[in-house]
Amino acid sequence: MRRIEIRARAGAFAENKDIARELRLREIISALEKNEDVVLDFAGVDATTQSFIHALISDLIRKYGNDVLDHIEFKSCNEHVRKIIGIVVDYMQEGAN
Amino acid sequence: MKIHLPNSAFLGNIDPFIRGFDPSAPDSLEITANDKWISVHPAVLSMIAALGLTVKPDNINCQKFEAASRHYFVRMGLFKLLNIASDIAIKEHEPAGRFIPLTQVRTAAEQTRFITDMIPMLHVEPEQAQTLGYIFSELIRNVIEHAEAENGALLCAQYYKKSNSIRIGIADTGCGIKRTITRSHSAATDLDAIRLALMPGITGTTSKEGGTEQNAGAGLFFIKSIASVNRDFFMIYSGAGFYKLLKKNPGRSRRLNADPIIDRHTATSGMPIWPGTVVGVDITLDQTAEFSSLLDAIRDTYSSAIRERRQERHKKPRFS
Repeated sequence: MRRIEIRARAGAFAENKDIARELRLREIISALEKNEDVVLDFAGVDATTQSFIHALISDLIRKYGNDVLDHIEFKSCNEHVRKIIGIVVDYMQEGAN
Repeated sequence: MKIHLPNSAFLGNIDPFIRGFDPSAPDSLEITANDKWISVHPAVLSMIAALGLTVKPDNINCQKFEAASRHYFVRMGLFKLLNIASDIAIKEHEPAGRFIPLTQVRTAAEQTRFITDMIPMLHVEPEQAQTLGYIFSELIRNVIEHAEAENGALLCAQYYKKSNSIRIGIADTGCGIKRTITRSHSAATDLDAIRLALMPGITGTTSKEGGTEQNAGAGLFFIKSIASVNRDFFMIYSGAGFYKLLKKNPGRSRRLNADPIIDRHTATSGMPIWPGTVVGVDITLDQTAEFSSLLDAIRDTYSSAIRERRQERHKKPRFS
């Protein structure tokens, strides 16, 4: 299992899409390709943007299908972060169906 | 180019100010101003700063400001940013809690630095700071990613004690919304392009639903939604296109619309051509809805908009 601490990489306001992209390409995809599950740990992240979450996970859903969500755990998300992740997951699945 | 600072230009009455902008002769800029009092929205300041940076300082002809409120333009950093002389003397104040002076942001790193520094400067509640950070982040990122603007984003904000509101302005002199959106969608006019840009799930980077790996086409929809839920003004001006979300009456529902034309608004395709994009947003702090309930409303609207668009593309059975 690969654990990625978002706060340490993107700060308390996780908004930099370039960082999200780096995390996706270098760490999340490499873990998934090795059949490892991924924990995205949002502890200490006060806020984020839809753009950041989109850059972090949308291409995973597009590339691997909805089942990729069985291999990703979103840990320690506050209510807002949880809702923004929900929006991105929803519209990606709506668009893919 | 010529631009005149009137007595008053806020989002509610900004239309005449914009109509008065003369974009001809783009190598020079003439700035004139009301000589009694000038009170303008940060979007106006951002526009002047953005225009000023497209011409050499020697080619900016700025009339001597006589208005009693002239010190405001010094404090917001207009003359300094444009590198033009001003003899207006001011006593520097610590800006914390009142305004964000004109700032130029060109890269993602500068954006992150700006947002990190900006939130404490406004001294607002954490919930409100989150909303403001969200707005700035998405608007700046749009400029960096899509505008191809040599000078990046020019932005500023002002807190207004009387209305307990924060007004935000951001302007660029890039390629404009129509050029960006028509890379993947059809838009006959600047206003058509603005309409598409405000719809959830539509981005100039692809015609596919859900966007690309880096762009969802949601940023402007989120910001218009924040203004709509809070019953505040939101304005976007690009090329000859102008769209303004009007304030909702308190009695009306806070329901969100995926299509901006359904919202209470004014719009025209006949403004003087702005060489880029300008966005203005007002956020009234004491009526700022919980960010959480806003996200619930966005989730519903977003998903159903994508579902409906997908269904529109479904093939229908042919019966004979």
